Amino acid sequence: MELSDVKDRMIRRAAKEVEAGMTVNLGIGLPTQVARYVSPTTPVCLHSENGISGVGPSLPYGKADRNLIDAGGAYVSVLPGTAFFDSAVSFAMVRRGRIDLTILGAFQISTAGDLANWAIPGMFTPGAGGAMELAQKACRVVVLTTHLDKRGNSKIVKECSLPLTAPHCVSRIYTDMAVIDVVEEGLVLVEIAEGLSVNDVVASTDSPLLIPQINIPVF
Amino acid sequence: MPDKIKTIEEAISQIYDGASVMLGGFGVPGTPFCLIDELVRQGQTGLTLIKNDANEMGMGVDHLLENGQIDKLITTHIGLNSRAVNLMNDGNLEVEFCSQGILAERIRTAGAGLFGFLTDIGIDTDLAGGKKIIEVDGRRCLIETSLKADFAFIHALHADAFGNLEYSASAQNFNPLMAMAADNVIVESEFIVATGDILPNTIHTPGPFVDVVVPLVELTEEYGVVRR
Repeated sequence: MELSDVKDRMIRRAAKEVEAGMTVNLGIGLPTQVARYVSPTTPVCLHSENGISGVGPSLPYGKADRNLIDAGGAYVSVLPGTAFFDSAVSFAMVRRGRIDLTILGAFQISTAGDLANWAIPGMFTPGAGGAMELAQKACRVVVLTTHLDKRGNSKIVKECSLPLTAPHCVSRIYTDMAVIDVVEEGLVLVEIAEGLSVNDVVASTDSPLLIPQINIPVF
Repeated sequence: MPDKIKTIEEAISQIYDGASVMLGGFGVPGTPFCLIDELVRQGQTGLTLIKNDANEMGMGVDHLLENGQIDKLITTHIGLNSRAVNLMNDGNLEVEFCSQGILAERIRTAGAGLFGFLTDIGIDTDLAGGKKIIEVDGRRCLIETSLKADFAFIHALHADAFGNLEYSASAQNFNPLMAMAADNVIVESEFIVATGDILPNTIHTPGPFVDVVVPLVELTEEYGVVRR
């Protein structure tokens, strides 16, 4: 898949979340792309909710095993140490708190860190899949998403108008415009994308943003 | 050991109108496409389907939807099948969404002869609607009921005539859970091996859970690698 420079940069930035020793679940869509920027020498275990720990790199169609996909439907491979298991075991691993980090997509994220990513009633309700359990039980939950939806509206809002996946679950938001932390007091602007001003980000965000310093680092 | 091998026509002819049917599979891997195709051919209607997803357009569950055989779908994610989304939006298909691990656990507990369990997953969301909440050790929990079915369609890599099963890679998913949770468990298997050929240590589903084993003569295109 060809990605624009901007998207590429946000994915690369989010990939710094992934640290040696972690078990990580990457959500469908943009978050899956994060795997491309995790160094093969970093010892990390990727979990896929359809029943794999130790997901290996994706394979071209010609080399694919028809019975080996990740939860996003990509053909993947095995590594030394890969395990297969059923869906009950897979989510026992999630609910038991064995997933150190999950990176999820979003329709909306609120000032309080509420996440909505499973239903747009009457239009597109794909269902939550495993997102509720990941959002509630992964040790750290971050979101990777475009800052604006397809109609140009801010996905970062005061209150989610869409059905929630889980309340108060998101710790950090990575977008094409900014890196934003969710803290007790609200949302804090941590970094801004190259070429944008703080005002650009504030103007594109429907939630108040706390600006901790004059010079916000650029990613 | 008893021999449970039947033809696919015999196996599927047991399904009656209005039955509830569990289908293994997560996307393509583990989906019993041949059993589904035979159900489409025989045409039983008013079915309640329980499956992780609705496959993609033109595959598996989609044939049953297109053929108007499904009244209700209990599932976790239908985003890859626009027919399912449209039928739901138009009020022509009842869809009950579950969180994926909760669907798995509802099926697993039914298969373990239990009636339900307690969880905080989905609490304070729309998926908690209509479920009882109780407090245990100071924690609010939803009561989730177990979920059984009249029939389960299972896809295995290896089966012996007694119904000991082994699955392949990510084709395992819901199959071993559903194989425990239905009154009548019908397995299609890519290979039928001699009893004893699957080593006792590597059997995923033990034979006593299985009612019928259907040998697959050949795999249809739907089992293959999907080039998107």
